[in-house]
Amino acid sequence: MMPVPPTPEPPPPPVAPPPGLVRGIVGRDHFWALATLSLLIIYNLATNPHFFAISIQDGHLYGSIIDILNRSAPLMIIAMGLTLVIATHGIDISVGAVVAISGAVAAAMIGGELVMSGGTGMEDVTRFSMPVVIAAALGVSLLFGMWNGVLISYFGMQPIIATLILLGTGRGVAQLITNGQIITIYYAPYYGIGNGFLLGIPFSLFIVAAVAAVIVLLTRKTALGLFIEAIGINPVASRLTGVRARTITFAVYAVCGLCAGIAGLIVSSNVKSADGNNAGLLFELDAILAVVLGGTALTGGRFFLLGSVLGALIIQTLTTTIYAAGVAPEVTLVVKGLVVFIVSILQSDKIKAMIHSAAPARRSQNPGTNPGAPGGTR
Amino acid sequence: MNREGAPRIDGRPRSILLRNQRFLPLAVTIGLFLVMYGAGAYLFEGFLSLQVFLNFFIDNAFLAITATGMTFVIISGGIDLSVGSVIALTTMVSATLVEHHGFSPALVIPLVLAMGAVYGLAMGLVIQYFKVQPFIVTLAGMFFARGLCYVISIDSITIENSFYSDVSAFRIPLPFDTSITVNVILALVVMAAAFYLAHYTRFGRTIYAIGGNEQSAMLMGLPVARTKVLVYTFNGLCSALAGVVFTFYMLSGYGLHAQGMELDAIATVVIGGTLLTGGSGYVAGTLFGVLMYGTIQTLITFDGDLSSWWTKIFIGLLLLAFCLLQRLFARAKRT
Repeated sequence: MMPVPPTPEPPPPPVAPPPGLVRGIVGRDHFWALATLSLLIIYNLATNPHFFAISIQDGHLYGSIIDILNRSAPLMIIAMGLTLVIATHGIDISVGAVVAISGAVAAAMIGGELVMSGGTGMEDVTRFSMPVVIAAALGVSLLFGMWNGVLISYFGMQPIIATLILLGTGRGVAQLITNGQIITIYYAPYYGIGNGFLLGIPFSLFIVAAVAAVIVLLTRKTALGLFIEAIGINPVASRLTGVRARTITFAVYAVCGLCAGIAGLIVSSNVKSADGNNAGLLFELDAILAVVLGGTALTGGRFFLLGSVLGALIIQTLTTTIYAAGVAPEVTLVVKGLVVFIVSILQSDKIKAMIHSAAPARRSQNPGTNPGAPGGTR
Repeated sequence: MNREGAPRIDGRPRSILLRNQRFLPLAVTIGLFLVMYGAGAYLFEGFLSLQVFLNFFIDNAFLAITATGMTFVIISGGIDLSVGSVIALTTMVSATLVEHHGFSPALVIPLVLAMGAVYGLAMGLVIQYFKVQPFIVTLAGMFFARGLCYVISIDSITIENSFYSDVSAFRIPLPFDTSITVNVILALVVMAAAFYLAHYTRFGRTIYAIGGNEQSAMLMGLPVARTKVLVYTFNGLCSALAGVVFTFYMLSGYGLHAQGMELDAIATVVIGGTLLTGGSGYVAGTLFGVLMYGTIQTLITFDGDLSSWWTKIFIGLLLLAFCLLQRLFARAKRT
């Protein structure tokens, strides 16, 4: 439904066109992302006139939009981490498993007993204080991210294989932590991570903002972002020019693991439990989809962090829309799978070559595609 | 750098380890299998029975079939992550057609096999003609097939058709009071056919050539494009057949069937000595990969204390170890 083939470009003006004009319209895929989001919102408005209505209850903002934003928080965070990985021409399909592990660690450390206090309701029980719990869950997630990073950057394993191993075994690890059961969390302060409000705005959005601020600062205010793109476009050339490709590749997988860990905390806090089997199931699809919808090519190179956030928002809006339409949410998998297919075809060199041959004068101005980037063996 | 097979400058022959490294991963697998099987026989009473050994095949016939197809894909230098969901889709389509629409199994089975082959063909075409990396295409294919399962039904569909239950219950007696199922025969036939295909046909030799060096294969005039597309088609067919076997085994269709099977299939192939970088590997090795998988599974069952999650963890770690081993060999070859 979404990715329409790129529109035919306007005929080149007789004078030398400003560089990047074509990319500005077609190449910078934010246009498609925004168009898709607008379509979804228009559809929602048509079916539900109160879609934009925001009311204030108990000093908190309430409404469909707020709900969508709140629910897309975990995906936004993972998508940002994954954007960095994909920009280095890598992939991480273990994020869903890490979400499960992080939630399992947190739930197991808080403990799963319900303690009643005198008939007034439940008491807040926790075996470890909350900062310790959060630090442990995030630490474990970071470790798993680093594990991926070591295998890929230092042992030279293919990213898909290394993260596939974690995708499979990670769920096993989560099951071991939870003993194969769903651990319910009975500790009210923990609920605040995913359900709480700060200044009337969902707390999870502050986490998203914090993560976004850190990553954007690190990649856009330092040369790190440029290095990451250089590795994605041509790892050999980037190493020869002195970019520490190994260290940076290692770091992006570690960051991706950490992001998945943060998301895992939000998810487990949201549903007040940890389920090793189903928490974060198929999150990897949503995350990859968010990244490609945001305009970052799966072949690496240029990346768009805020585009990925936008992509996550689109996916959550789509899911909410489908819920509202009364269709089983699992059916969206078909649509999502199809979108990944189409987008990856549209981003392929063949289609790019077709676009180029349609406008041969622009060929020299498009630095983003480098057919020499070796794939597969990394 | 020393060229392959050339005598060293110091006159000493290359060590046996380096000369026979084509078979070394397989030798490691067979050795490890014997050690683990021996350990099981030593630790657990009743482990060393023919029926337990045959159960390796009975419980993993679908894995053997899908791993056989995967062997070809990996030898050609590609990867296919969609196998688990194609199996699930096959069980789902079979179940709904037989139970809800009253189709005859004689019609349903060819139909689902064709469906799997077409699914593989479509992915192969996208990989070959749009030059998209195989893992992205097959990852999308994996999600798409799972989604199709849920379009059919979100719940599990039990199969009560007499043909399916008869085949499922049918046991072929063997000497010493043991028996195997139809599934085992199917798996062995597929493996034998794949063995012939890999080693005695042009198609098979072309796959090895492509995996070794696609550009060279192209320059030699080999039909690279056609062969690569056919490899994915063959794998789709194998997955669908594995799905049929899985339907016999489980007697139900469910969208959550064979979750994570792609890891098992890839692990089985790699443990069987096939290089992930392509160009080298054996169908016979995959057989040992399946045996290894069966041994681990059975050891964990016999132990009783370990939860079944350990199978996944062990197989993942084993895959990891073999991947690292392969890197090591590749490095030893270069120096």
